[in-house]
Amino acid sequence: MMLLRGVSALVILVVLWQCVVSLFQLPPYILPGPILVFHAFASQFPLIAQQSLPTITEALLGFSLALIIGCLAALVMALFRPLGLWLMPLLIISQAIPTFAIAPILVLWLGYGVASKIITTMIMLFFPITSACFDGLRATNLEWLLLGKTMGGNKWRLLWHIRLPAALPRLASGIRVAAVMAPMGAVVGEWVGSSKGLGYLMLNANARMEIDMMFAALIAIIAFALILYFSVDALLKRYIPWQ
Amino acid sequence: MTACSIHIKNAHLAYKQQVLFSDLTFEIAGGQWTAVLGPSGVGKSTLIKMITGHVQHYKDCQVEANITTSDGQPLEGRIAYMGQSDLLMPWLSVLDNVLLGERLRANGRQAKTKAKALLEEVGLGKHVHERPHALSGGMRQRVALARTLMEARPIVLMDEPFSALDAITRLRLQDLFMQTLKGKTVLLITHDPLEALRMCHQVFVMSGKPAKINEGIKPPGEPLRALDDDAILHLQGALLSHLTQGEET
Repeated sequence: MMLLRGVSALVILVVLWQCVVSLFQLPPYILPGPILVFHAFASQFPLIAQQSLPTITEALLGFSLALIIGCLAALVMALFRPLGLWLMPLLIISQAIPTFAIAPILVLWLGYGVASKIITTMIMLFFPITSACFDGLRATNLEWLLLGKTMGGNKWRLLWHIRLPAALPRLASGIRVAAVMAPMGAVVGEWVGSSKGLGYLMLNANARMEIDMMFAALIAIIAFALILYFSVDALLKRYIPWQ
Repeated sequence: MTACSIHIKNAHLAYKQQVLFSDLTFEIAGGQWTAVLGPSGVGKSTLIKMITGHVQHYKDCQVEANITTSDGQPLEGRIAYMGQSDLLMPWLSVLDNVLLGERLRANGRQAKTKAKALLEEVGLGKHVHERPHALSGGMRQRVALARTLMEARPIVLMDEPFSALDAITRLRLQDLFMQTLKGKTVLLITHDPLEALRMCHQVFVMSGKPAKINEGIKPPGEPLRALDDDAILHLQGALLSHLTQGEET
């Protein structure tokens, strides 16, 4: 049903897109029609696929790193309250700095390679994960915890057997948000400075006024974001069935 | 571990500046069932959480109480608690829920055999691998009972464990609880006079604002008493009028 709704929405969007292009007689270097974009996508598919590989790698590595760091930060804040009070404002500040402003500095520090893109992605993604995980850890049903204490559980065993599993449904929401944002994080990193990837491909196409190619790369990014989201969603539903 | 009595003297508890009860003094007899009966909101659940020590974790809660045991030993580590809801962990199977205490205490794996035997005893032998959401309310309460029994504690504190169940399931579970918790010191919190009279050796009534507790009554005969017994029905009437008066004051 969800798939049907998604496909229907996509078809409506494509039809609207074509209507706007036809109605306003827009030239292809302003807004190419969907047929032109799909043609560019099909004809340049080997190139797009080749350039997708580094973007996918960066996005997945950045996502994994954000997951680890996000959960660790949430655990530290939940378990060591005084430290958490200091850490939370820092995390909020980290999110207030525009990624586009910090990405060039990361390129300067870490070079044009994969590392700067992974860190850019990680910076963009870890906050939703930290925030969701921290909320989940704080919102553990007090009755469960008190029952566990009556049973003789210590702080760490209560964390492992009750608090962490109870936090998983909320953490899952953060992970889903991060999954959608992951390709965007990698592309932002590539836009600032890179020699490969979909962001690099888009920059080049933009410089050459190949707007159809830009849109074709965008389609690849959207497709990847969708695949990542639905894969992560399926995994979360399978392994956290009580959410 | 022997079943000791619990003496509660001059218990006073205030939540958000509002006194829930004060000067509460009564005894939970060792190896017997004691009921504390009262209308909703009178502070029965808070009373049980005061004994377990849970209220210490609530914000804005001030408590003063002298709680002692007949053997002079602390209550910590000797209480099994059953809350108003079953408090089953949704991520654990029925068997793992029963084994929760063992896991929290990092005990060995040999407990699995005992947990399975307890689940057989409460009639859930075929459901050990199911998750709580797949069970009915009565089945979930039976899992909670098996978990309580698994703790093998001499004192069992239960907060309205039958309130969410239909009449037939409630009667069946009452029989099962009585049979499996025999010889333990049990405190049953309930708002149902008939349930208290059927199952308990002594019944206290909590009423009023701030709540007071009466001297307690000892219904004739032994639990499980017949529900159509004249003496029990007469006592039920007396308890109901006591509760009604308490509500009006």
